Amino acid sequence: MILGLYNYWIVVVLMMIGLYIIIAHGNLIKKIVGLNIFQTSVFIFYISIGNVEGGTAPIWGEGITLYSNPLPHVLILTAIVVGIATTALGLALAVRLKEAYGSIEEDDIQAMDDQKTDNKHC
Amino acid sequence: MFAVVMLSGIYGLLSASFFVVMDAVDVAFTEASVGAGISTLLMLTAVAMTGRTEHVTRHKPYLAFAVVFVTGCLLIYGTLDMPYFGSPDAPSHQHVAPRYINDSMQETGMPNMVTSVLASYRGFDTFGEVTVIFTAGIGVLALLSVVRGRESDAEIETLNDSMHEQYLILRIVIKMLIPFILLYAFYVQFHGDFGPGGGFQAGVIFASAIILYVMLFGLGTARRVINQSFIQILSAIGVLIYGCVGLVSILNGGSFLDYSVLSDDALAGQHLGILLIELGVGCTVASVMIIIFFKFAERNEYIQSKNGKST
Repeated sequence: MILGLYNYWIVVVLMMIGLYIIIAHGNLIKKIVGLNIFQTSVFIFYISIGNVEGGTAPIWGEGITLYSNPLPHVLILTAIVVGIATTALGLALAVRLKEAYGSIEEDDIQAMDDQKTDNKHC
Repeated sequence: MFAVVMLSGIYGLLSASFFVVMDAVDVAFTEASVGAGISTLLMLTAVAMTGRTEHVTRHKPYLAFAVVFVTGCLLIYGTLDMPYFGSPDAPSHQHVAPRYINDSMQETGMPNMVTSVLASYRGFDTFGEVTVIFTAGIGVLALLSVVRGRESDAEIETLNDSMHEQYLILRIVIKMLIPFILLYAFYVQFHGDFGPGGGFQAGVIFASAIILYVMLFGLGTARRVINQSFIQILSAIGVLIYGCVGLVSILNGGSFLDYSVLSDDALAGQHLGILLIELGVGCTVASVMIIIFFKFAERNEYIQSKNGKST
């Protein structure tokens, strides 16, 4: 059944929502939210790969023979915490940009930069 | 913008429940504390500093939509060759996973396979990741640090008095809850070998207790309770503990991060090594999260005081 692939489709839809937000929105904070959604879709992708039908959580127990794959869990567990640390770094950059330019809209910052280089040429 | 931030918090909690359904309890644990807790808080602080409104986009988003649509279709076409959801004979379950599942109990003596893979089999990866977190902490410190004059105690007192009436119930409830949250963080830290948990989750939970305290009692009080430079040193000590465990195992005749040589009994050595490493991870994660939040809050205060002076 082709419907058995539904987990990948959910991941693709989420990933594309994230990508669209990153491309279409000029606001830097919104771009970071978009990146977060993109990131979570990758997390879900890994975890769904690790899932085994009828398996249990990978904690050893008496009489249990079928476990989920622990490897993707490990990778994603650390990736989530690294993700929040890097998100914080991105937000910090956005805050500093706001202080320097008075705006976190991509267009405004670009316009100000262009103006600066034009003035230098003249 | 406010709505966006709140929705992303709810999204974090929802994805945590996805992970529970897919048997990834450790991951769900982390996502619940990070996605629904700390990331929402950081976003809120950042939005408070950068403004709540967004410009209406002038250019049409059709091109972006087309690009995204085509990419999505190609990706979905690519999934047609993937193994079905939950099938036990998928390639990802073939190579190292059976070894981890079948032998980790004998080799490390830990019922929780996620912890044994995290700290023992793939100790190098985790070391790298802890270093990334530490570096991100340094980056935020460098970007957002404010040079701050000494504030008088009287100033803090008046601030506290003005807040006392406002959030009375919240403050009392949080005051009662904080010790339990801290205790729970320690439980998660040291029980990670047996149940879901470990340094990463414990660090985040510990940090969230401190952050709650900062939010309700104000930065000034929190600065007197928590020594900033101590926290900064602690974040480095965490990475140091991790690296030192690796070095000690080299000195004992094993390879880097091979804990079996730490003690006469290989299993006891593994236990000791994993415990120490989780401790290092917990220290670094907790202190980096606290540093990040403190720096954001201090910057916010600084911007507000600057705006207050100019008007």
